[in-house]
Amino acid sequence: MNRSNSNTYTSPLSVQHLSMRYHHKPVLTDVSFEIPEGKTIAIVGPNGAGKSTLLKGIMGLEPSIEGLVSFFGESLDKKRQATAYVPQREEIDWDFPINVLDVVLMGRHGHLKLWQRPSQLDIDIAEQALKDLKMWEFKERQISQLSGGQQQRVFLARALAQQATLYLMDEPFAGVDVATEQAIIELFKDLKSQGKTIVCVHHDLNTVGEYFDWIIFINARLIAAGPVVEVLTKENLNKTYGGRLSLLNDLTEQMYRSQLNKAHDTD
Amino acid sequence: MDAFNLLETPSVWSNWLAFWSFEDINVLWVLMGSILLGMSASVIGGFAFLRKRSLVGDALAHAALPGVMMAFLLFQSRDPLVMFLGAVTSSFIGFYLIDWLPKNTKIKADAALAITLSFFFALGLMLLSYIQGLEVDNKSGLDKILFGQAAAMTQKDIKLLGYVALFVLSCVVLFFQKFRLIAFSATYARTIGIAVNRYELLLALLIVMSVVVGLQLVGVVLMAAVLLTPVAAARFWSNQLSHILIIAAALGALSAIISTQISYLAPAMPTGPWMVVSLSALFFLSLLFAPEKGLLKRYTEHNKLRKRVAEENVLRTLYKLLERKDFQHKTFNIADIQALRSMPLEHLQATLKQLCKKALITSSTAGFEMTTTGFGLAEQLTRRHRLWENYLTEHAELTPQQVHQHAERIEHILTPSQELQLQAELTNSQSDPHGNLIPNANSASQGDSK
Repeated sequence: MNRSNSNTYTSPLSVQHLSMRYHHKPVLTDVSFEIPEGKTIAIVGPNGAGKSTLLKGIMGLEPSIEGLVSFFGESLDKKRQATAYVPQREEIDWDFPINVLDVVLMGRHGHLKLWQRPSQLDIDIAEQALKDLKMWEFKERQISQLSGGQQQRVFLARALAQQATLYLMDEPFAGVDVATEQAIIELFKDLKSQGKTIVCVHHDLNTVGEYFDWIIFINARLIAAGPVVEVLTKENLNKTYGGRLSLLNDLTEQMYRSQLNKAHDTD
Repeated sequence: MDAFNLLETPSVWSNWLAFWSFEDINVLWVLMGSILLGMSASVIGGFAFLRKRSLVGDALAHAALPGVMMAFLLFQSRDPLVMFLGAVTSSFIGFYLIDWLPKNTKIKADAALAITLSFFFALGLMLLSYIQGLEVDNKSGLDKILFGQAAAMTQKDIKLLGYVALFVLSCVVLFFQKFRLIAFSATYARTIGIAVNRYELLLALLIVMSVVVGLQLVGVVLMAAVLLTPVAAARFWSNQLSHILIIAAALGALSAIISTQISYLAPAMPTGPWMVVSLSALFFLSLLFAPEKGLLKRYTEHNKLRKRVAEENVLRTLYKLLERKDFQHKTFNIADIQALRSMPLEHLQATLKQLCKKALITSSTAGFEMTTTGFGLAEQLTRRHRLWENYLTEHAELTPQQVHQHAERIEHILTPSQELQLQAELTNSQSDPHGNLIPNANSASQGDSK
């Protein structure tokens, strides 16, 4: 485990034995994978498979029961600046009194001190991000007046303004128009050419092979993870969408309820 | 009656003059203090409002009551700092209870709020009546913190209030960006490494402090209104958070001036209710008359739209009538129009009058005839209506019966660029699904020749 050694390759994101639950219901059990750098990676699975939860667990937004997540071989707190997270659109009150540019500028706040206001440089970066996503003309617009696709592009511009090297996105393609879908694909190409890594929760099986290099199939547990050509197989799809393993599910729930993991000495 | 007026009026008048000439220096102090409180409470309340924690301020104010009473019992003193610390302590205990209950039990946030609020308030009232039964000095006036009494405040009270208000305001100015970020999305703020918990604690502290110093002025019961009403009113005036907060502060200050004044003119009047009533009046004024989001503006906009739609509908009817006569017979009467367009007679007459005024039609004894401009407009509307019908049949696969209703509405809002886009996407832009010809875009001249 010589991860800190700069000569050896460290994955931008490595997840080991991650388990998460909602109350006593297991959502994810023992998920482990490591992703390559400079690729686009899709997290794929049926509804309720725990895709968003996985992303939140990785970002430390929801508590995990067990597991270790490392970013470039380090903890998240040391690599915050290198990591950008794009939440689902629905998680925001879009009536909030704020305009587009100010939302994008939020992406710069991780770089600012306690009381600092964004500098001209920050504003330039935010404006460039808006241009990259073809949202320039909307920069003074109230966010409540945007369409769904435009809202998504504002979120992506905000992540872009963070100038991270690893991007984690929660369903950026959900419910967007064609123009936005094109803009996102352009963005992916752009980021990839700069050697950046993108992890996306994705729900559309028709486009997953086209838009992504790598797939992580999950359904409450890890089914498969690897390059598209290797893992996008009928067998994996059947396993992912064929329903949960009910016994695994039930017994894990029982384990959480009984708090067995605390009673049982580690082996 | 006259004698009564002569006796009464000058006294109120002279009181008012005395108030504004600041003969009593205490008046100036109280006025300044209440303005500062109005401003700081409105601004910090703005963040509670945006974070959808509107009721927290109410619970915190009620939770302060037992703290004030306990401080008085323990220290036998009315020193403002002692009272303040007592109130802040019990308010914070209340705050933690509100936070802890939903996280660790099955009790939901609203229930936790209600339970905490009423428990602390009841406890405070119990202690208050216990104190009033005791033989102790300067207990009188303690009950004033229920509804607030500006006139009863001492200079020491005001000084403390002033410091706290200035502290709150400068914190908001200093951390505005971070507070806004957290109010917008605390989750996202966490992912970029902002210490959200620390800022939330600071916000809570600022709210507790503003509430506690406001008690003597506004009172426990109504403090929440001072936190929330100004920002709710200001929300009608602007879409930019910094402006909203400035407007809220101004409204808070204004209501503070009004209520303090009244508390001096009529000493029996508690300040709190007056402040809340004047704030609510400002809220209703904003609700009705705000330039963009006010109800009046929305009502007039809607009326304007209705009038425009009615006018355009009549023009289109005239066009259809013209079309049936192969553009030969040009004058039609009300009966002709009503045969094609069901519209109450009064409404139709008013609309025709309006069209005459705009010189889109002319009226004569024989009936109504479109002018050249009117005809141009009617042609354009008809064109848009029929293009849309075609679009729906070609692309949405609706039947000709279904498309008419929809096109009746869309024709009023299509823009020239959308019209061009429609034409580009249609294979047939010559005739509509019902077999009628679609007029050409630039055929205003064609109308002249006929």
